[in-house]
Amino acid sequence: MRVLRIPLDLSKHKVPQGEVHIIVDRCKGCGYCIEYCPNDVLEVAEEFNAQGYHPPKVKNPENCLNCGLCEVICPDYAIFTIQIGEKEAKLATQK
Amino acid sequence: MEHSIQIEETIDAAETRLSMEKWLRMDRIPHIWCTGCGIGLTVSALVRAFDKLNLDPDQVCIVAGIGCTGRVGGYLRVDSLHVTHGRAIPVATGIKLAKPELTVVVIGGDGDLMSIGGNHFVHAARRNVDITAICVNNFVYAMTGGQVAPTTPSPAFTNTTPYGAYETALNIPFLAESAGARYVARWTALHIRRMSNSMMEAIRKPGLSLVEVVSPCPMYYSRINRLGEHLETMKFYHENSIIKHGEPTENLKIDFQKQIIVGKFVDKPTGS
Amino acid sequence: MPPKSRTALKEKANPRDVFTGAYYIDGDVATAYGAIAAGCKFVGGYPITPSTEAAEAFVRRAPYADALFVQMEDELASIETVLGASWAGKKAMTITSGPGYSLMMEGIGFGAAIETPFVIVNIQRGGPSTGVPTRAGQADIMQAKWGSHGDYGVIAIAPDSPQECFDLTIKAFNLAERYRAPVMLMADECVGHMTEKVIVPPADQIEIENRKAYQGPPGRYMPFKPDRDLVPPMVKAGSGNKLYITSHLHDEKGYPVEKSGRGAFNKRLVDKIRLNADDIIDITEEDVEGADVVVVAYGIASRVAYKAVVEAKKEGIKVGNVRLITVWPFPEKRIKEISKRVKGFVVPEINYGQIAFEVERCAHGNADVVLVPHGGASVHNPEDILDAIRLAAKGKGQHKGTIEFETRLAKRIFPSGLKPKKGEGE
Repeated sequence: MRVLRIPLDLSKHKVPQGEVHIIVDRCKGCGYCIEYCPNDVLEVAEEFNAQGYHPPKVKNPENCLNCGLCEVICPDYAIFTIQIGEKEAKLATQK
Repeated sequence: MEHSIQIEETIDAAETRLSMEKWLRMDRIPHIWCTGCGIGLTVSALVRAFDKLNLDPDQVCIVAGIGCTGRVGGYLRVDSLHVTHGRAIPVATGIKLAKPELTVVVIGGDGDLMSIGGNHFVHAARRNVDITAICVNNFVYAMTGGQVAPTTPSPAFTNTTPYGAYETALNIPFLAESAGARYVARWTALHIRRMSNSMMEAIRKPGLSLVEVVSPCPMYYSRINRLGEHLETMKFYHENSIIKHGEPTENLKIDFQKQIIVGKFVDKPTGS
Repeated sequence: MPPKSRTALKEKANPRDVFTGAYYIDGDVATAYGAIAAGCKFVGGYPITPSTEAAEAFVRRAPYADALFVQMEDELASIETVLGASWAGKKAMTITSGPGYSLMMEGIGFGAAIETPFVIVNIQRGGPSTGVPTRAGQADIMQAKWGSHGDYGVIAIAPDSPQECFDLTIKAFNLAERYRAPVMLMADECVGHMTEKVIVPPADQIEIENRKAYQGPPGRYMPFKPDRDLVPPMVKAGSGNKLYITSHLHDEKGYPVEKSGRGAFNKRLVDKIRLNADDIIDITEEDVEGADVVVVAYGIASRVAYKAVVEAKKEGIKVGNVRLITVWPFPEKRIKEISKRVKGFVVPEINYGQIAFEVERCAHGNADVVLVPHGGASVHNPEDILDAIRLAAKGKGQHKGTIEFETRLAKRIFPSGLKPKKGEGE
């Protein structure tokens, strides 16, 4: 998508900054959080957890927007996000 | 800064989890359901629905039958009854009629609620008893090993139809509407937030409400029919489900690996 | 004693139905193979652990034997389907476990009242109600006899190995056809899920029986008029006989009546089995002559008891072994004979006392009965049965009636002294 101009009040818009917490030993390795995170924050870890599955691992922590989808879509209640502040909005083309 | 940390190490993290975990029997987590099973998602949505409605956990009652879905009662920290196969709805009727101020939710699978319990469901809809029925539809009898269920589409393979299922698959919303249910909705396990809102509406609405949840069954239905695992099923739902609120329920049958229509189909005013 | 049935048609099994060979399969699958070999052409079932493997094995092999399997919506429908199929001329069976068995009781009574031959396989599991689906139990054995309301007679058979599951299923079908009565195969989860070598013999070594055919003129057939052996011949629907079969109390033509009159209808249902008991009863005995203690058991408990018997013999106790293959009708005469010569019976069962009280009743006080109970969900510890044998060998008349031996498991779970005190809680 090409943007013709940058909005003048871009600096006034703040988005939440989220932090992902993973309860490693509850995870059953389904991969829903990794697949459906809208901002590509997570990836599969190399290590095993106590149950023998590969839990997720945070790949791009600065991308997390505390949308909470990983928390809602985890069948095992093993991941959640909390808000740790705000940051400036970025346009999609600016990544 | 390391982000993957245990829950006990962060006190403010515990605060944010409290609202969900007060509804779960944490001494029994992790639960027994398979990796990627839709029942975990159903419970997650249900708990969020309870939370948003600000229900008092002491006034909620869960009645569940036998099967994978029937184990839900054991993980929710409310008064739960795990009854015999198919008899969740009569037991729930008894509870609600004896103490009407309770919120009674029935959870069952497609085999438990619609096969052996099908008769009870039809009559509960006629009777318009104020309970909410959540039917997790994974198209097989999963707990006993993958036998054919009334919702199995033809020609899927199951353990008791090794040459292909041949009976007409049951269209659950159609049955519910024709029996007289007041609120009928269907979502897949992927539509997690919409499912949760639907459950909220269903619980709030007086009269019999039904929410059908189409769920992946990675161990039996998907494996026997070579449909991949849980992630492939979720991707299938992503690409092949279409939201059509208010669609006439006779168009809602689910064929084998074809489009799934989801949404809120019936929302009638209560009263006979 | 009525004479033996002369006109039940005996024949060799159809080679198409018999999957001859040596297999390594479990009891459930052996039951399905036995049913197909016996000529069963219809199974109406419902999945219930631990018996689903039998239904799945049956449905996989059914097209080769021209048989049909239908999974019904619940157990109530399954048993009624079986009755319908039997009246349409096919040998029919259903496969279930404890909770399904309770649901089917109405259908069993119905089938017994209208004298339908069918077989029910009950792979018993632990506990009342849903119980423990994946573990063994033997607590349905009294229910087999008295489960449904009213008076009627049934036959119950208990296999103790997958090979017996195969053989006894064929026998169950033969008995059902011969006596036009329900026959229950009371296996348990341990035998049903046990994998052992099963040899399926060639078809000409398997003898099967078919129901007595009616040989008179059409239109004059009376569905409930018995022959001298108390069993009526049977026709099937669609053969021009204008059958009227009712579950109501009925006379010989099948029409409903208000009281048992000529023909003493209800009694014949019971007498059919009771007076023919000598032909039906099948038990195996070992070293019973000259024994001081006799162990009476059935099903998986008899296999566990065998080890205890061997150990007791090494200690010098004179112990004999009676294994009940047919549990109902109960071998009353034989137990009474044995009771006059022994000091005591030991009855291990995976329940809290069902056949033990039958043994006590038949012993008429001549010998003591030591019950070795087990709550289910596993099998006995042979040490407990051995201790019970030692207790029974000590002498007659130590106690009245049946005593319940306190097993090691019971001692661990219920410390002694946990008995209700009189006056408390009133």
